[in-house]
Amino acid sequence: MTVKTISVARDLLATNRQAAAAIRAELRARGILGVNLLSSPGSGKTTLLEALADRFRGRYRMAVVEGDIETERDAERIRAKGVPAWQITTGGACHLEAKMIGKVLDRIPAEIDLLFVENVGNLVCPAAYDLGEDLRLVLLSSPEGDDKPAKYPQAFLSADALVLTKTDLLPYLPFDPDRAAAEALSIKPGLKVFAVSALRGDGVDGLAAWLVEALGRLRSGRA
Amino acid sequence: MHELSLVASVFEVLEEKAREHGAARVTRVVLKVGVMSGIVPDLLESAFDIYKKGTPAESARLEIVAVSVGLRCPDCGGTTAREDADFSCAACGSRRVEIVAGRELVVETIELET
Repeated sequence: MTVKTISVARDLLATNRQAAAAIRAELRARGILGVNLLSSPGSGKTTLLEALADRFRGRYRMAVVEGDIETERDAERIRAKGVPAWQITTGGACHLEAKMIGKVLDRIPAEIDLLFVENVGNLVCPAAYDLGEDLRLVLLSSPEGDDKPAKYPQAFLSADALVLTKTDLLPYLPFDPDRAAAEALSIKPGLKVFAVSALRGDGVDGLAAWLVEALGRLRSGRA
Repeated sequence: MHELSLVASVFEVLEEKAREHGAARVTRVVLKVGVMSGIVPDLLESAFDIYKKGTPAESARLEIVAVSVGLRCPDCGGTTAREDADFSCAACGSRRVEIVAGRELVVETIELET
């Protein structure tokens, strides 16, 4: 019996990063802006996408990949807005991985401008998985509390923009949007901050315009 | 977070290497875990203990080495190792740093009995 030590040096998380890089390259080559939405469950990702679908209708074509543990509900809501949507049910997994997005990529119609990926509702695990997106939005809704950025730093650190949602509830809650934004900015300087009420439509135009600008940069090769 | 599924991928590597080297048993496994990988070492150990039963690594000793955050600065070319949540270049203070270490789960070395 002999014992030998072998060097493996294999990064198991690198597999996801490589798959993500391939997706990013393909989306850029096709002129599609990939946007990954991260947040806790119930903070308004689907409602925000519905509001964006209304803004973009007739001007930009969007598609949505929905990640959930179970049910087709979110994809059905998006399709009701006339937007193509694919549901990925993870069957228990707490986040989406790049290879799951890779499987639906071939089905994304050629004429799409923006591809949104609504991640599984979870402010922890999805932060560690690049899906090949160009922009990552982290949503924080007013009922969740303004102390969340420092409690879940990875999500905010990895994001390009913070979207404070459900601003229509602010009169009833002790949520301070400035405090939430300042805390997120201390973790990620340069983070773009938006405040929206998708229900009322407040602030959605600003976010939509920012996404369109990013699409323009991507298509002119300045991404 | 999802330590059990990550451990499943560790075991794929262990079983592949054991087969490749004609080893009956894996006796030691060294994993490098980035502090920003979201992986909790205690949970990884528990998951490893659950998963190892009935595998060639049943009696393997698991060693977890923490990898701190490594930053590379595109402005001055400097590299910085960080223990805290300060993501700025130690040399020039730039915050445009690229994270080059601290997000990994590496199967570093394994010890096999043949």
